[in-house]
Amino acid sequence: METPRLTAERIKEYLAQGKRFDGRKPEDFREISIEGNVSNKAEGSARVRLGKTEVIVGIKMGVAEPYPDSPNKGNLMVTAELLPLSSPRYESGPPRFPAVELGRLVDRAIRESKFIDFEKLCIKEGEKVWSVFIDIYSINDDGNLVDAAGIAAVAALKWTKMPKYDEKEGKVVYDEPTDKKIPLAKDIPICITAHKIDGTIIVDPTLEEEDVSEAKITIGATPEGVISSMQKGSPVELSIEDIHEILETTEKVRKKVFSSIKEYLE
Amino acid sequence: MSAAKTFKRPDGRKVDEMRKMEAKVGIVPNADGSAMFSFGDTIAIAAVYGPRKMHPQHSQNPEKGTLRCTYSMLSFSVSDRIKPGPSRRSTEISKITEWALEPILMIHKYPNMVIDVHINILQANASTRCAGINAAALALAHAGIPMREMVSSVSIGKLDKQLVVDVNKDEEDWEEGEGATDIPITMTPNGMVTHLQLDGKITSKELKEAIELARKATKEIYEVQKKALKESLNEQMGED
Repeated sequence: METPRLTAERIKEYLAQGKRFDGRKPEDFREISIEGNVSNKAEGSARVRLGKTEVIVGIKMGVAEPYPDSPNKGNLMVTAELLPLSSPRYESGPPRFPAVELGRLVDRAIRESKFIDFEKLCIKEGEKVWSVFIDIYSINDDGNLVDAAGIAAVAALKWTKMPKYDEKEGKVVYDEPTDKKIPLAKDIPICITAHKIDGTIIVDPTLEEEDVSEAKITIGATPEGVISSMQKGSPVELSIEDIHEILETTEKVRKKVFSSIKEYLE
Repeated sequence: MSAAKTFKRPDGRKVDEMRKMEAKVGIVPNADGSAMFSFGDTIAIAAVYGPRKMHPQHSQNPEKGTLRCTYSMLSFSVSDRIKPGPSRRSTEISKITEWALEPILMIHKYPNMVIDVHINILQANASTRCAGINAAALALAHAGIPMREMVSSVSIGKLDKQLVVDVNKDEEDWEEGEGATDIPITMTPNGMVTHLQLDGKITSKELKEAIELARKATKEIYEVQKKALKESLNEQMGED
């Protein structure tokens, strides 16, 4: 934790009165903006800003062998890198736990919601399927990378144009994008992470609030409220009442977030 | 010069014509200094953290500060996805970038400290190291680190026998005649060379011409860098 204790105490005092440093209420998100075509070499890409937090996500596609347990389904790989460029806290080197966690949380939100129709990404059963690589990079970390990355991943997938596959040569032709889209479900998965700070449940924490957070839980669900992935982080317990409150709060928050990003995703 | 006039570059540019350049500073609020620089489709971003104390202690240099650059291409910045993590190529470019930048920094003022410069390539169409150096130099200036001068970097190419400035990917892969020679060069506005690399085949006479071309091109780049820094100052003044 790098937020001074004095700041931590002040954050708690504020929250006890239902207030936050930036004037938000506990269940308020920061302003979200989404931009496409961050990298024209990617099959799809998106930049999401959540207040001062910024992440970019790029989609690359390739053709590979399917996994033995899913011979007729495409592959998905989600990786995340917390770029040293994005925060004085991050260093170069092999991914540490927060980067692994970020990639895994987004992976499961996408995979478990069945957002991608993997059966349609099969080229030849047992031999060749499309692989979808979702790569997440932090550009400026001011808290809540997970929720921002979740939105960026969905946007980038929506905007992806599949490359051409030359079956004779067995090669992907990257400079000739087709108009074909990745087969996606209508309902998008949205990750919302709730944090508990001194008895108050908040969403979309800033970096300082994340430092002060005692417990967190990330929920991946559709705007209609169908939950498909969930993970509690940090070694502090939550009561059943806490979890009920979190479920109710995040459901409301998710609807609001969806209505603010909907226009970008059409 | 008649050959230069009739020479056709793949994207229709004149032999001494740069791609469209863009520069902006202050793109990463967390950093002490940051910048974006692009040559056409090649986009580099850079962020500076420091000067701060070097850890571990045994890496500290009591004589002068350390400049530490890390160059890295994002996995989706090229057609065939790059596996995340350092490679031999990125390690070398990181070092080259340090050598290109250190001569202009008053690094002796920061004993036992380190200045970290992180460079990421978002989108690549050749000349990524040059775009990276240009972004890094801007980010260092934006961070307020005392600098003697600016540096600007450009890649000069020789396609068959013709010299061109600001090489793109199609040109880098040139196969006709003598093929492609790639010469990335970094210079100060006074024409001091802080970085020079060469891959290919060239006579010393041609190389001298290439350096002269680089001199002109880096002046153009310098103007773009200066403008970006001035714009950010104006914005700051506006805020106050």
